Amino acid sequence: MTASPSEPDVRAEPYDLAVVGAGSAGLSGAVTASELGLSVALLDTSSQTGGQFYRHPAPALGAVRPEALHHDWSAFSDLRRRLAASGTAHLPGHHVWSTVREADGTWTVHAVTGADGSGERPVRIRARALLLATGAYERQLPFPGWTLPGVVGAGGAQAMLKSGLVLPGRRIVVAGSGPLLLAVATSLAAAGARVPAVVEAAGYLRYARSPRALVTNPGKAAEALLHGAGLLRHRVPVRVRSAVTEVHGTDRVEAVTVTRLDADWRPVPGTGRRITCDALAVGHGLVPQIELATTVGCTTRRLPDGTLGLALDDLQETSEPGLWAAGETGGVGGAELARTEGELAARAIAARLLGRRSGEGRTGELRRRRDRMRAFAEVMAAAHAPGPGWQDWLTDATDVCRCEEVSAGRVREAVADLGARDARTVKLLTRAGMGWCQGRMCGTAVACLAARDGAAEPPSERRPFAVPVRLSTLAALDGDPAAPADPRPDAS
Amino acid sequence: MPTRNTSDVIVVGAGVVGAACAHYAARTGLSVTVVDRGPVAGGTTGAGEGNLLVSDKEPGPELELALIATALWRELAELLPPQVEYEAKGGLVVASDEPGMRALRAFAARQEKAGVTSQEVPEDRLHDLEPHLAPTLAGGFHYPQDAQVMPAHAAAQLLRAGGERISLRLGEEVTGLLTGASGEIRGVRTTAGEIHAPYVVNAAGTWGGALAELAGVHLPVLPRRGFVLVTEPLPRVVRHKVYAADYVADVASGSAALQTSAVVEGTPAGPVLIGASRERVGFDRTLSPEVLRRLAAGATALFPVLGTVRAIRTYLGFRPYLPDHLPAIGPDPRVPGLLHACGHEGAGIGLAPVTGQIVAACLTGAAPPLDIHPFRPDRFAATAP
Repeated sequence: MTASPSEPDVRAEPYDLAVVGAGSAGLSGAVTASELGLSVALLDTSSQTGGQFYRHPAPALGAVRPEALHHDWSAFSDLRRRLAASGTAHLPGHHVWSTVREADGTWTVHAVTGADGSGERPVRIRARALLLATGAYERQLPFPGWTLPGVVGAGGAQAMLKSGLVLPGRRIVVAGSGPLLLAVATSLAAAGARVPAVVEAAGYLRYARSPRALVTNPGKAAEALLHGAGLLRHRVPVRVRSAVTEVHGTDRVEAVTVTRLDADWRPVPGTGRRITCDALAVGHGLVPQIELATTVGCTTRRLPDGTLGLALDDLQETSEPGLWAAGETGGVGGAELARTEGELAARAIAARLLGRRSGEGRTGELRRRRDRMRAFAEVMAAAHAPGPGWQDWLTDATDVCRCEEVSAGRVREAVADLGARDARTVKLLTRAGMGWCQGRMCGTAVACLAARDGAAEPPSERRPFAVPVRLSTLAALDGDPAAPADPRPDAS
Repeated sequence: MPTRNTSDVIVVGAGVVGAACAHYAARTGLSVTVVDRGPVAGGTTGAGEGNLLVSDKEPGPELELALIATALWRELAELLPPQVEYEAKGGLVVASDEPGMRALRAFAARQEKAGVTSQEVPEDRLHDLEPHLAPTLAGGFHYPQDAQVMPAHAAAQLLRAGGERISLRLGEEVTGLLTGASGEIRGVRTTAGEIHAPYVVNAAGTWGGALAELAGVHLPVLPRRGFVLVTEPLPRVVRHKVYAADYVADVASGSAALQTSAVVEGTPAGPVLIGASRERVGFDRTLSPEVLRRLAAGATALFPVLGTVRAIRTYLGFRPYLPDHLPAIGPDPRVPGLLHACGHEGAGIGLAPVTGQIVAACLTGAAPPLDIHPFRPDRFAATAP
């Protein structure tokens, strides 16, 4: 049964489980839990399941073979089929802005529907357990010219292609760092774009330092080979230890300068080469989207690539009892790992709620698979961790925060002259990160510039609103009218 | 200029109060070392709205402080760079009914005797001051002396304006006080070593009680949590600091329970700030949907136009609160060389300059600008452990 989006709040009783995010991890968790007998609500902002990885065209676009842009599509179509057959209440178009633990130990998930139009409406879902599968967003590092039209996120370019079947340009340089670049370049080339270069800041040699993780993950190696073969077929050259250090153009991208980097990612003088292009797809890996969890106090851990993920126990539970997480929220690792963790979490939740052990054999197998893929993910993250020298790409005039137009020079001034020492005080003194994106775009860069030693200190700030919420929506939350009021204002 | 390890005075805390103490001490020619375990404005200062208010204060010692501070801020606004965003915007207190208006009138009359300027705004003139106010209000009072600054810049620029006489030691936590043979202050011990000075100023805000304890004295500073809701940037829809008047009936409560009131103001950068809540829950940083609901409901009741506006962020801070709602300012007779400048509750930004002036006067043996007896740090009886 799929609940109608117009009346999802009709249940007085809590669900056994609420799952936030209907990508690989969330789908797998919801389907598994439902098949084990739990009542499940699955919330997602999108109108379709699949998340970022299995993003696909709306039916109206009439794509004949959406799977042509994906590998492993059968795993997704299998989950989709099982979801339809399960009793899961799928709640698409739900933007979750907060999760709260109630006094009785249950969870309340606060969401809004219709957030894109005028029909915004608050929704509350209660559940005995919560599984966060909110995925990740792209990490950006600024450089001169990165705000020119024609510069798009690498993940964004792929999303445009997967959901709208459109390309950001005809001649697209793909740059940044991380395994996503190869996948993006392959997709763009397969869709007909010319890709004059893939520019990867790291070297791939670091993978070789962890042969065990490579050997035990033949699937990942095959995936890399697949992309390598795709790039060869489309004659896409890959330049490692290099970065786009400047974008040229007046109204939009006309060319980029690609410069060699040393081991710390410092540009090597005199090695800049100009490459003509009309678009640049750039990204520096992915950042776990964990605001909902950190707001309720979940412990985080620093990942090898300098981002923060949730600290999870062996069965995917966070430091807050009753709150589980799966997929990229615990560290970026891809769709297959996400599916595994989703199922593992669902089994642990069912065991907890139903008070019985559920299939130790299957759980053990999932744990081993998870550990193996997690180990590979950590090797990958370490290989693509930004070196401190990337800051040398910036001039003082380069905008770091696009929303509030704060330049690198102003951030440096706040640190050198005004006593800022972290992303929060830089934000207070410059407004960097105070705009609409709330620092999702500039957070990494600001944190690096604020840190005295240049090492990326991940922003760990709690963000109570995972999405912006109307005041009328907040005002309509049910409250306790009997509580006393002290209208004495705050004087500072 | 102080050497790396010796100066005339050490200020513990780089919030706005510590910055003002350092600033005014440096102006008298003293060399100052400011120590903070975090960055500048990393505690309650960074979570404040920056209000410089006289309108909310009963006649009494705190109002006297506020009136002097108001004049000092006007001076500082000339001296400090424009990033401080000093704005003499004025406050507007509104009442929803005639009994509320009567209470406001009586309150304003008493304040006037103490030196506060205010003007009654009848119902039909309210919208000249604030065009978007709800149409159902009974009237209000306009307080032209109320103003606002940007708190983090206020602290940073006060320190910077102190020039070479102020040396900053950030990311260094004070772990103990150094004392001489007769218990007099000789400096502080930090996580990075020792700093020597004959005077130490406790400007540690909400953590001022803990610093007092390191000196072996009792100062019961407690955290009182407050949330602020921040909207998306808007063109100027709220011109003054606007708040509801019912507070006259219930000023200065010491209750631990959640209390909220509608306080709404625009900022030069565009977002509207919505406060204010108070609750004594220790240093709990968990989001409270009930607080957010009340803040949003209060703000949209005053300004219905805000209903469709989105909140993009909320943040919280911990006001340093002392049981009688007055700060502790001045020398501590129990420890020679120790001065306190903390416990300003929600008024620290506003009262910072006068606090700094008092501390500088005490350090140099000059007469403070007012009678500081009500703020004496040893006024709280130590309770048995």
